[in-house]
Amino acid sequence: MKSCLIVDDSKVIRMVAKKILHELTFSTAEAEDGQQALDYCKGTMPDAVLLDWNMPVMNGIDFLRELRKLPGGEHPVVVFCTTENDIEHIQEAITAGANEYIMKPFDSEILQAKFSQVGLL
Amino acid sequence: MRPEDFDFIAKMLKDRSGLVISRDKAYLLESRLTPVARKRGLKGLDDLVATLRTAGEDLLREVTEAMTTNESFFFRDIKPFDQFKAMVLPQILANRAQKKSFRIWSAASSSGQEAYSLAMILKEEGAKLAGWKIEIVGTDISTEMLEKAKAGLYSQFEVQRGLPIQYLVKYFKKTNEMWQIDSAIRAMVQFREYNLLHDLKTLGQFDVVFCRNVLIYFDQPTKSRVLDNISKIMPDDGLLYLGGAETVLGISDKFKPVPEQRGIYSLTRPGGAASAVPGTGLGLKA
Repeated sequence: MKSCLIVDDSKVIRMVAKKILHELTFSTAEAEDGQQALDYCKGTMPDAVLLDWNMPVMNGIDFLRELRKLPGGEHPVVVFCTTENDIEHIQEAITAGANEYIMKPFDSEILQAKFSQVGLL
Repeated sequence: MRPEDFDFIAKMLKDRSGLVISRDKAYLLESRLTPVARKRGLKGLDDLVATLRTAGEDLLREVTEAMTTNESFFFRDIKPFDQFKAMVLPQILANRAQKKSFRIWSAASSSGQEAYSLAMILKEEGAKLAGWKIEIVGTDISTEMLEKAKAGLYSQFEVQRGLPIQYLVKYFKKTNEMWQIDSAIRAMVQFREYNLLHDLKTLGQFDVVFCRNVLIYFDQPTKSRVLDNISKIMPDDGLLYLGGAETVLGISDKFKPVPEQRGIYSLTRPGGAASAVPGTGLGLKA
């Protein structure tokens, strides 16, 4: 079973994502901001990270840059999932090491399509 | 809905588009045609059918377009496009090296995603195709879909179904809330109004034909007829793509499955043997 860390400051989004990911047979863990996510990854590297951009304490892009510096930090497939939907943000995310990018609002069809594109399904 | 009204619409749809609506799908008429009726200021389906019986081309066309399925997305099912890139394209390049030209047809191209997916694949090959003349033609019976395809404008939802994010960044521009495909990619594809039930010869010859998830809407004789017509505008070594739920078995003896290549079919006529290229299982010889 593959694991996915859901990083979003919205409880509702985490819940929706969790439901979809469980249907896709992922085990999930949750973090409310980038710092919590980073602490989690220092203990256990997930196979995938579903990552919001705007969050308190540490945002998604800063988390991603820190993650990629960690030992084993290149392993997780990182899929952004954010309301930021302009080319500049998307490019910045790819440069920082994101594997895919979902623009909110999303549904299970989009999440499934993106996850299979990056070989998680 | 009265049985004679159902029969009238069903026959009209089949004559015009090949679409077969069985009685158990009558609810589809209800859900898709009620908005058409309202737009015309008609009360409901009964009124619409009454009007249709004496209607001109415009309304008949509108009803047909409302009933045909236009679902489409970029790199649909992924695999056929991977096959195209990894096996079909190298074969074409090797075997058309003299002629340096080939043509691809996206039949029932809807809003254009399949044709544009192929164009992006070819664009990625860049240098290898320098000096080649490549035509991608998309055809559909829906003028509304053809307009959308030509404009190359897609919603945020549409660009997230199947399109890798790197391609979005590379080949699309954001205009307000829509995403428009690059003019260089648009220029690689021609979209034309064409009915698959008509004589296809004026379209010219195609080395590769994508006719995916189209036959599923037709009855058996129509499927056979369309496949026969397609076979006539392909060279002996041409290749046909069908959708995952479609087959030629028991429908047409003009095509046969290419071994080990799900969804790809070669011609059965002499000279069209898939075994022509040993080891690859693919046709397309020189």
